[in-house]
Parts: sequence; C-alpha cells; structure tokens
Amino acid sequence: MQTLIAITALGVFCLIAEIFNLRKLLVPVTVVGLLAVLGLTLQLWSIDPALDTRYTSMIAVDGFASAFSTLFVLLTLFLVLMSDTFYQEHPTKFSDFVAIKIFLLAGAVAMVSFTNLSMFFLGIEVLSISLYVLAASKRLDIKSNEAGMKYFLMGSFASGIILFGICLIYGAMMSFDVTFIKEMSRSAELPIWFPIGIILVVIGMLFKIAAAPFHFWAPDVYEGSPALTTATMSTLAKVTAMATLFKLLSVMNADIDSKFQMVIVVVSILSMSIGNLMALRQDNVKRMLAFSGISHAGFMLMALLSISNAGSMLLYYAAAYALAGIAAFAVIVSVTGDGGNETTARFNGLGKTHPLLAAILTASLLSMAGIPIFSGFFAKFMLFSQTIQSGYLFLVIVGVINSIISVGYYFKLILAMYTKEAGEGKQAVPLVYTIVAVLSIAFNIIIGLYPALVTDLLG
Amino acid sequence: MNNILNQIGIENYIFLSVLLFCIGVFGVLYRRNAIIVFMSIEIMLNAVNLLFVAFSTYHQDSEGQVFVFFSMAVAAAEVAVGLAILVSVFRNLGSIDIDNLKNLKG
Repeated sequence: MQTLIAITALGVFCLIAEIFNLRKLLVPVTVVGLLAVLGLTLQLWSIDPALDTRYTSMIAVDGFASAFSTLFVLLTLFLVLMSDTFYQEHPTKFSDFVAIKIFLLAGAVAMVSFTNLSMFFLGIEVLSISLYVLAASKRLDIKSNEAGMKYFLMGSFASGIILFGICLIYGAMMSFDVTFIKEMSRSAELPIWFPIGIILVVIGMLFKIAAAPFHFWAPDVYEGSPALTTATMSTLAKVTAMATLFKLLSVMNADIDSKFQMVIVVVSILSMSIGNLMALRQDNVKRMLAFSGISHAGFMLMALLSISNAGSMLLYYAAAYALAGIAAFAVIVSVTGDGGNETTARFNGLGKTHPLLAAILTASLLSMAGIPIFSGFFAKFMLFSQTIQSGYLFLVIVGVINSIISVGYYFKLILAMYTKEAGEGKQAVPLVYTIVAVLSIAFNIIIGLYPALVTDLLG
Repeated sequence: MNNILNQIGIENYIFLSVLLFCIGVFGVLYRRNAIIVFMSIEIMLNAVNLLFVAFSTYHQDSEGQVFVFFSMAVAAAEVAVGLAILVSVFRNLGSIDIDNLKNLKG
C-alpha cells in the first residue's frame, strides 16, 4: 500500500515539476524516487517475510505482490533512465511521458496486489490507458498513430470482455472480494454464470498478454510504437499481465479442473509455435521481438498448469525475460534512435563498430533463446521440470523444440552483427543507453549464476 | 424495485445485457468507421453497467452500483484518449476509416 501511494505521489511530482520548469531535475529526482520506492518495498518485506497485510479488503501486500512490485519498479527505473535521451527532441512533452510511465507503474503494482476485483479492474485500466497514450505518442508519425489506434481498439475491446466477466462473477458470488469468492467457489452449487465469468476474464487477460489466438494486434503495435514504448510493452506490460493472470487464477479457484488445463496447454502450444514460426521470417527487429514475446507468453503460460507452487518460477522467468528484453531494447534504441529504419541490416557490422553493444545484444538474445549461464536457460529449465512433474511431458517436448527454433531467428541478428560489413560510418551512442544495457544484462547474468536469489524469495 | 425485478426475473436482464453486449461486439468487428467502433465499445461497457445494476438490486447489495461508477469513470478516460488518437489519425490521413490503417504488416 505504501508502495502504491509513494509511486502515485512521484507521478504527481513529475506533473508539478513541469509547472515549475524543473525539467533538468526531473530524471535525477524520479530515479532517486524510484530507488526510494524500491527500498521501501524491500524494507517492508524484509521486516516480515511472511507478510500478508490487508487494507480494507482492497489490497493485500504479501510476498508475491512485493516480489513482483520490486521487479516492476526496477524495470521502470531502467525505462525512465533511458527516456531522458530518447525524448530530447520533445522537451515540452518530456515530463508528461515520464509521469505517464510512473502512473503505468502504479497500475502494475495495483494489478499484482489486488484482493478485490474492482482494484484489479482499475489497475489494468490505468496500465492500459497509459500505454495507449505512449503508443501513439509520436503524433506526426502515421505508423505511431496506427499503432496507438489498433492498440486502443483491441485493448478496450479486451477491457469490455474483462468487465463482463467480472460482472458475471459478481452476479454469481454477490461480492468482489477474492477471498470470499474463493471460499464460495468451493462450497455450494454455483450458477452457470460463475465459470462463464472466469472464462471471459481469462480471455480478456490473454488478449493483454498477447497469447496465441489473441495475439494478432501485437506485431503491428510493437512495430509502430516508438522504440522505448515497445520496450515498455514487451517487458513491463507483458510481465505484469502474466503475473496478474497467475494471481487471478490462483486466488479465485485453487484447483483448476482438467478441461481448463487442456485449454491452457493448447493456448501455450499455439503461442509458442506461432510466435516462433512467424518470427523466423521477420526483418524488422521490433516485429521480430514482438513475435518472440508471443512465444515467451506461451512459455510463461506453462506456470498456470502447476498453479499452487509455480509462483517463484514465474517470477524467475519474468525477471529473466524482462531484464534481457530491457538490455536488448537499450541496444536497439541506441542503434536506431527515435524511429527510422529498424531492419536487421541496420545492425550489420555492429560487432566491429560498437563491440560492447554488440556483445550485450548477443548476450540478451542468447538469454531469451535459453543458452546456459544466462538466466533464460535456468528459467526454462525450472519451468520445464515443474511442468514434467505435473504430467505434461508432451507440452515440454513442444517447448524444447520451440526453444531450438527460436535460436534460428536470434542468430540471424547475431550473425548480422558479427559477419557482415558495416554500411554507414560509426555513430555516437549516448552513454546512458550503454549504462542501462550493462546494468540489466549484469542483473540477468547474476540471477543466472545464483538462481536461488530469486527462487527462494517466494518459498 | 425488488418487486419489479421478481416479476421480470433476473434471467431476462442477463439476456438483455448479453444481447446488447453482442451488438457492441459485432459493431467492433464489422463496422469500419472509427467513431462507430468507439460507440460500439461504449455499448459493450454500458451493457455491463446495466447488468451490474440488475445484479446489485437482485442481491440487495450496493457494491455493484458502486462498481458502475468506477467503470463509467474508466470508460470516460478511455474514450478521451481514444478520441485524441482519432484526431491525430485524422490529421495525418484525412480519414477515420480503419481500413486505411494498413502501413504496418508483414
């Protein structure tokens, strides 16, 4: 709760800073503020590791919520650090963009710590509306407009479906409180509205995480949005939606029945396969990472099959994927700048002109592909072994085949960097992008070498 | 109020809301004018609001009506952002037909 209040206050500060013309101070103060929020969250958690504080049945701060909030604050910290240089051509709108990112974080934190469906709905809307604005934020660029429009239409369509699901759950249960709903769902005979409601909410959330039958908006939106917004969507927003779906299912019906698990298996296989096969033939880097994000959503959906004890695995996978994503996007932003040509050819010869950036991009792509010492490998390894234990060997076989396919398109980019000749002259890279890339890949490798750092957090 | 609900029956309210919701869904899927698509999304949200109020009366519980205020506020915020995006699309393309949004594919 304190985390949420602190984040919102920071967002309001960003808006006020614009009035008093404090643009130069904005990023340093916001970064310090986010570090303070990070410290606050960790401190509240470390006082009492089995923390489970409830605030008038709206928000519960427990281990799951604290761990994911910490990850979100860290990701936002990186994104805010990059925005200073990224938006330097739009000085008048700069503080608005930073404020929107902070409010987006507030929505994300509300989404993982809800205990009441109204808080869940408000959180998801705060996150989505902020992203609509950010996706369309390059006002004069038709591609950005189109991305914003498509994202808005699909997002609000999905919100309508989620809202209808919440309404049917309310109609069946007479309450929005998830603990109450959980107790009720075990006992008496339920009206047919309750399962329909759950299914509608899950469909809406699959839209938001861009899993397979509902993924068609993602590549267009990722390609058209400004690169920093794409970074936000593919790391922070995807991880948030996944954690929320996990929490939603784990708090509302503890034992999901086997038919529902079959649906999850099918969605997971479809996401992995479609994402990877479509990514093979992409030339635009952002579009390729969009399809790679779809396949990673498929991998993360495996955590829903062993819902009672996969929380820490989902956290680890989310951290590994998001940190690698931030590192990759920091390099992409520093190479392509604000828009323009984003094809693989742009990265030709990066290994000679900017060896450090090329090494970081290689490392992050290898982490996403699941090569050891990077955390992506251990994330997949733990998720697969958990899924085998719950008896879905076939799903794991498909997952392993998909990991192998994914190496194909990640290596296309790596080969372009190291084997082809650079076309243009050497261009200057802002220092801050390099710092962010180094930091996030360092975090990725650290949790890859010591997986227990993350997996022990959630018992 | 409750008396009327008993006479009509909660099922009929659900059927009405589902019908309105489906009208909204088909509007989003089949209409090509962006403003009409926005209106269809509003119909979807308002169908849900209607059902919230019906359930709230049915259960003699005020939480559902409070939720309607949240969803109305959220819908207003959403449409404000959507219309802003629509204006910038119109300035760049000179049209609000969503079939014209075809720059991104592959």
